[in-house]
Amino acid sequence: MDQAIKRRSFLKLAGLGGAIYVSGLSGWASAAAKAGNAYQDFFFVQLSDTHWGFEGAPNPDARGTLKKAVQAVNSLEQQPDFIVFTGDLTHTTDDPLERRKRLREFKEIVAELKVKDVRFMPGEHDASLDNGAAYQEFFGKTHYSFEHKGVFFIVLDNVSDPAGSIGEQQLAWLAAELQPLPADANIVVFTHRPLFDLYPQWDWATRDGAKAVELLMPHANVTVFYGHIHQAHHHMTGHIAHHAAKSLIFPLPAPGSQPKRTPLAWDDAYPYRGLGYREIEAEAAPKTDFKIVELPVQKG
Amino acid sequence: MTINHKRRLLLAGVGAGGLALSAAAVTAQNQERVIKVVAKKFDFTPGEIRLKKNQPVTLEFTTLDVVMGFALPDFGVRTDILPGTTARIRFTPDKAGQFPFHCDIFCGSGHESMTGTVIVT
Ligand SMILES: [Cu+2]
Repeated sequence: MDQAIKRRSFLKLAGLGGAIYVSGLSGWASAAAKAGNAYQDFFFVQLSDTHWGFEGAPNPDARGTLKKAVQAVNSLEQQPDFIVFTGDLTHTTDDPLERRKRLREFKEIVAELKVKDVRFMPGEHDASLDNGAAYQEFFGKTHYSFEHKGVFFIVLDNVSDPAGSIGEQQLAWLAAELQPLPADANIVVFTHRPLFDLYPQWDWATRDGAKAVELLMPHANVTVFYGHIHQAHHHMTGHIAHHAAKSLIFPLPAPGSQPKRTPLAWDDAYPYRGLGYREIEAEAAPKTDFKIVELPVQKG
Repeated sequence: MTINHKRRLLLAGVGAGGLALSAAAVTAQNQERVIKVVAKKFDFTPGEIRLKKNQPVTLEFTTLDVVMGFALPDFGVRTDILPGTTARIRFTPDKAGQFPFHCDIFCGSGHESMTGTVIVT
């Protein structure tokens, strides 16, 4: 707890991003005990929608922001157990060679992260024009699972299909992954697009996302972290919490708040406003408790 | 789910209209509008579609280049638009207002600005 507080004040001093503290994923301790692990608190960092290759007015520092974020994470007093990028690593290009160049450059920049356990997934900008082919050359599988200190992490790909579906094959895989887990297992899902209908008018949905949510429903402890909408957002589908992250390129408007989904303008008076990354901290506790701290991004 | 349900309702409506060939129905059918919409990277023409409330309409879609999608979530309708074919959506707008539509099949850099508005009066 003392360490958590220290981290919080450090982030405030650094003033580099929004942070979300997830305290006590429910059932955590019991699941960890079952797995035979001595339970340990840990935290990971989520970065999203870096859109490497984008150029334009909503971010005059488009080539500098990702590097600032890498530095910010590296300068955390305590390093996270792992880092996850929830898609749109690069900005769309119709040119397959340019796509690969952007993916390569992105990979080189994030190789500077001190923490070497970094998990990736594509966004529609990376993968939708070639069904994830170029992405896979650099980062491997677009959906996978891993376990960390008693928590089961599932990465879902709802972007390699240009229609924004998960697809029957991947849903069958998800069902098979969930099947052996105890009812109270701690499950964290990472996706790019929201699994629920956040605002389909702006394509903020996954065509068959309801099928994934249905598969997750019988599990008591599920939390979803996603990207795509370039802003912090929190939503419940039943007992499942969904948390969208800010982007590292430009903020987008709140769902339906304006006629078009156009990026919010850069404000010279508040550079990097609306951009940020988040820290997600899991502490042993009897029940789920989300402590959320949003911090402004400041000029580096 | 919603889409299928609404489509079924629409189809049921078409069936009933077909059976009851009253003078009124024939007049209504003669009045029914067909609006052609052409998709190409990265726009729909027209980008603004004006409709009358409670008046059935058929939208006819073609694409000049790649596979596109047309989605109008507020009325629960969508269709794929494949090169070389015409896609059709028939529906009756049951509420007035301005409703955004968009291409929902990722079609290139510019895809996100492939949007438009249905205006129902
Ligand atoms: Cu995105």
